[in-house]
Amino acid sequence: MRRILSILMENEAGALSRVAGLFSARGYNIESLTVAPTDDESLSRMTIVTHGNDQIIEQITKQLHKLIDVVRLIDLTGGLHIERELLLVKVATAGHGTKRDEAARLANIFRGRIIDVTGTTCTLELTGNSAKIDAFLEALSRLEIMEVVRSGISGIGRGKRALKL
Amino acid sequence: MSDKEITGAEILIRCLQDENIEFIFGYPGGAALHIYDALYQQDRVRHILARHEQGAAHAADGYARSTGKPGVVLVTSGPGVTNAVTGIATAYMDSIPMVIIAGQVPSTLIGDDAFQEVDTVGITRPCVKHNFLVTDVNKIAATMKKAFHIASSGRPGPVVVDLPKDITNQLAPYEYPKDIHIRSYQPRDKGHGKQIARGVDLLLQAKRPIIYTGGGAVFGGAHLPLRELVGMLKFPCTSTLMGLGAVAASDPNFLGMLGMHGTYESNMAMHDCDVMFAVGARFDDRVTGDLEKFSPGARIVQIDVDPSSIGKNVPVEVPIVGRCGEVLAEMLERAKPRLGEIDRPAVDAWWKQIEKWKGLNSLAYAESGEMIKPQFVVQKMMEVTGGGAFVTSDVGQHQMWAAQHYGFEEPLRWINSGGLGTMGFGLPAAMGVQIAHPDATVACITGDASIIMCIQELSTCKQYGLPLKIINLNNRYMGMVRQWQEFFYARRYAHSYMDALPDFVALAESFGHAGIRVEKPGDVEGALREAFGMKKQLVFVDVITDPSENVYPMIAAGKGHNEMHLKPAPGDEQAARELA
Ligand SMILES: Cc1ncc(C[n+]2csc(CCOP(=O)(O)OP(=O)(O)O)c2C)c(N)n1
Repeated sequence: MRRILSILMENEAGALSRVAGLFSARGYNIESLTVAPTDDESLSRMTIVTHGNDQIIEQITKQLHKLIDVVRLIDLTGGLHIERELLLVKVATAGHGTKRDEAARLANIFRGRIIDVTGTTCTLELTGNSAKIDAFLEALSRLEIMEVVRSGISGIGRGKRALKL
Repeated sequence: MSDKEITGAEILIRCLQDENIEFIFGYPGGAALHIYDALYQQDRVRHILARHEQGAAHAADGYARSTGKPGVVLVTSGPGVTNAVTGIATAYMDSIPMVIIAGQVPSTLIGDDAFQEVDTVGITRPCVKHNFLVTDVNKIAATMKKAFHIASSGRPGPVVVDLPKDITNQLAPYEYPKDIHIRSYQPRDKGHGKQIARGVDLLLQAKRPIIYTGGGAVFGGAHLPLRELVGMLKFPCTSTLMGLGAVAASDPNFLGMLGMHGTYESNMAMHDCDVMFAVGARFDDRVTGDLEKFSPGARIVQIDVDPSSIGKNVPVEVPIVGRCGEVLAEMLERAKPRLGEIDRPAVDAWWKQIEKWKGLNSLAYAESGEMIKPQFVVQKMMEVTGGGAFVTSDVGQHQMWAAQHYGFEEPLRWINSGGLGTMGFGLPAAMGVQIAHPDATVACITGDASIIMCIQELSTCKQYGLPLKIINLNNRYMGMVRQWQEFFYARRYAHSYMDALPDFVALAESFGHAGIRVEKPGDVEGALREAFGMKKQLVFVDVITDPSENVYPMIAAGKGHNEMHLKPAPGDEQAARELA
């Protein structure tokens, strides 16, 4: 099962490699991992998307808790939550204008934006959950996609549910 | 805080003094020289110079295992650290409290592939509880405080502090923090009351109970409430390799060790029990065998200070997170008034069954008047030392025979590398034990292959006058490897024969120690008495044993507890073939 783990950890050198090292050493898979400092600059927030049955996820969370740098941790998928991913995608639009028009049309349908245009390329931005991003890329595949950059998932609990100190 | 500024190296030593560290085990080198200079100028912390950083780390580990206090290691950068890694990983696998201080190249050179630079934090990360790179002289004291706190609390483990050379020479005022709060690290010592109550309920309902203790039951005085509880419940007990001595070997409730080379009665009782009480044990594969076949009918209560050890391999009905000592003490209080609830007739019937299994006498071996049987040596050693010695061991058959035949009456007396299985551990670990207990009898039961791995430490023993007794069960083989090759590789003995062994007696003598060679069964006891009688001398007893002897019983990897191989009767070719 797909799970999203949200982790608050000390914003210290080496903290990221401890988490990444734990996953590789114990053979857990990482689908995506994002990390950045929070409003409290002593803390970083990491979001990891992983797969596993309940027993594996329980082990992963227990092992993560054991890392001294990990301050708090929740499994977002255990409750109502919102997940978002940022996509930057560059398509080739050389030749005639219809390619760019098609890109703009699709971006509009998916509520994406054009953020850069040259004579031969057009770069689009889209945020959404992973399924939406997948669907957008599928739609764009009729055009020539030059480059895809996905941020990986960031997530937050719905309502009052908050991960903080 | 005094305003007087001292160097980082001096700060470090003051921290050790304030932690009441009596001994550190180490080996100098360029990046650690400021620290060695500061050590030299004081006499409260005594430095023990090993002959190899692995030896230093194992010695600190032996010190820790026999005292429960953290062992401290000091090494230089680069090869100093890499040599220590085996010792650090050994301590990590067995949850031993240790603080390793490593010199590092000056902070200005880090990342430049400087002379003797390695990424110490990176190399040790997977085998430490935590590690630090200190980049500010003002942070040394707080870091050391954290290091000792993390190493010794919760589930203990090694902590590495990497100290760049320039930092150890910069000046700062010294103040050792009184206490420390780490917001992300608050281990739970006391168990949850409700869980403890559920655990007691389940235990009292048992008809076929088994208590299974591990390494977590020998530290922190946990054996005291454990023994009282066992005495009250009168339930059968078994132990992992790491937990020996928590329940006294002579306790009538004790069935001996379990697992791959455990007794028949222990493994059968584990397999057939209805309630299993795991105390500080982690269901390691050497204990459980095939998980699919592990204790099919058992309802399990488990105490462990590390939540990730609970339910990792086997589903647990009543998990109790906390230190074994604290939790057991509370269980004891709750169980006391309710002992009448125990289904005694059922438990008595269970004991009858266990007695039948015991009747198989699974540790028996064929005595011989010609060749020395290794088991016989351990039994004689038990007699000669009155069972009260500290015993370290290396890894192999001798380790299993020591565990099976030396009855440990007290915890913290059996010192061996269970988790990592590190050959070369025995001798340096024994040094650490002897340094912690100068008047105690300390023996190292070893094998001809293992002892060579850290033989250089005989020199350390001479320097510090450590009167160890090294009992080398010399079968001219890597016996355990040979045994597996005999059973599972049709006797193709690939590279397990120890060719060109040294004359161990002469070798010991060349280091300034005494040596005795024993070749006949009739001479074993006399030689042991002589060796253990030499109170001031290290004695290397080289015992020439039967090279064909195997360790029984044995559960082959991947088999169930009820699929144990017992020793084939003499000449039982059929059984021998089945094993192969
Ligand atoms: C450092 C290390 N290398 C290899 C092994 C694998 N190994 C396990 S037991 C063993 C043989 C040990 O032989 P010896 O010390 O003579 O003891 P015996 O089994 O003969 O009693 C070996 C090579 C190990 N445990 N540790």
